Amino acid sequence: MKENILLINICKEKLHYLEFVKPICDILDSNKARYFVKSYKQVGKEDLKKCSKVIICGTSLYDNEFVKNIKKFKWIRNLDKPILGICGGMQIIGLLFRGSILKETEIGFYKETFGKEFLGLVGEVEVYHLHNNYIDFLKLKEFEIFCGDAIIQAVKHREKNIYGVLFHPEVRNKDLIIEFCSC
Amino acid sequence: MSKKIKLGVLFSGGKDSCYAAYLAKQDGYEICCLITIVSENEDSFMFHTPSINCVKKQADIMGIPLVFVETPGKKEKELLDLKKAIKIAIKKYKIKGIVTGAVESVYQSLRVQTICNDLKIECFNPLWKKNQVELLKELVKNKFEIIITGVAAYPLDVSWILRKIDNKFVLDVSRLAEKYKLNPAGEGGEFESLVLNCPLFKRKLRVIGFKTSGSGNAFRSEVMLG
Repeated sequence: MKENILLINICKEKLHYLEFVKPICDILDSNKARYFVKSYKQVGKEDLKKCSKVIICGTSLYDNEFVKNIKKFKWIRNLDKPILGICGGMQIIGLLFRGSILKETEIGFYKETFGKEFLGLVGEVEVYHLHNNYIDFLKLKEFEIFCGDAIIQAVKHREKNIYGVLFHPEVRNKDLIIEFCSC
Repeated sequence: MSKKIKLGVLFSGGKDSCYAAYLAKQDGYEICCLITIVSENEDSFMFHTPSINCVKKQADIMGIPLVFVETPGKKEKELLDLKKAIKIAIKKYKIKGIVTGAVESVYQSLRVQTICNDLKIECFNPLWKKNQVELLKELVKNKFEIIITGVAAYPLDVSWILRKIDNKFVLDVSRLAEKYKLNPAGEGGEFESLVLNCPLFKRKLRVIGFKTSGSGNAFRSEVMLG
């Protein structure tokens, strides 16, 4: 892969980096993908210019600090590069497009159905959940829903290459990340 | 710089929980207590059992208070006892988060995540999804002195009991992992370990006695430390 992926760390707690960012670094390393990691508070114009794609990693169940700092992500609406938001990252994308946060806790493995192929996933797929919140993407007409009826699990912007998944592909379905890097 | 929250570590005395505690400390967190669940069920899915009583000596040598709770080890009942232990730690040591040594076990991690979520505290899994050979190499590099206290998978046998985790061990177990599809760091319960020394300890612990039982490819050793 000749990508240079910007991995964005949204964790408030330093120790959570090892749980939510490092596993994605390991997946990219094992596929020889180039990447660099930045805290969401430190992402600047140069980072957005030099990257080819962006992955916004997830964070812990109790970490919602990124919601208070949502303005730090306003570049998402204007960046013309593929973006993948994972869990908290998907919530950030939804908030930027005027979505609202709803509460629902899901922890562990769940079977979800993808009506259409989504970054290599199709049909019934077991995914790993770790969230207390989700975004009401049903109301966001800019996004196509690929999985989920009430709790929306996977979306893509209709015109831009902006993807969001509520589940954690770094735990189960690592190929989704590779697929995103190759798309 | 924001103030670091106080943490408790789910502690078995084995390599993973000890290394997770070390990483938390390295990141500047205060470890206010260790939490150990002693299961009467030797086959517990949730808790490590061989030589579990050694945690008292380890906690002492680290100078960290220990919350020690016993459980009959019945499948979901032991989770209530774990929750009880965490509640004690929250009340007594004002912890705001739990650190675990979970690497691969979704069974264990989702149960701890659920308990922490119910109790409204953070859950940290700093070894989560870590490459297992890398994990073993890091332990050796960071001067963790570890012995094997239990085995439960072919072709591991009694000769592995009390063996040290060193570079030769990493090489041997990596070869076996490839040939027999074992988890090289024992994450599928292939083996259990005990830490005798690490950067968190004020001095090295010595094995002053042990009693090994088992047969075939399933052995466990109860170790006494001095």
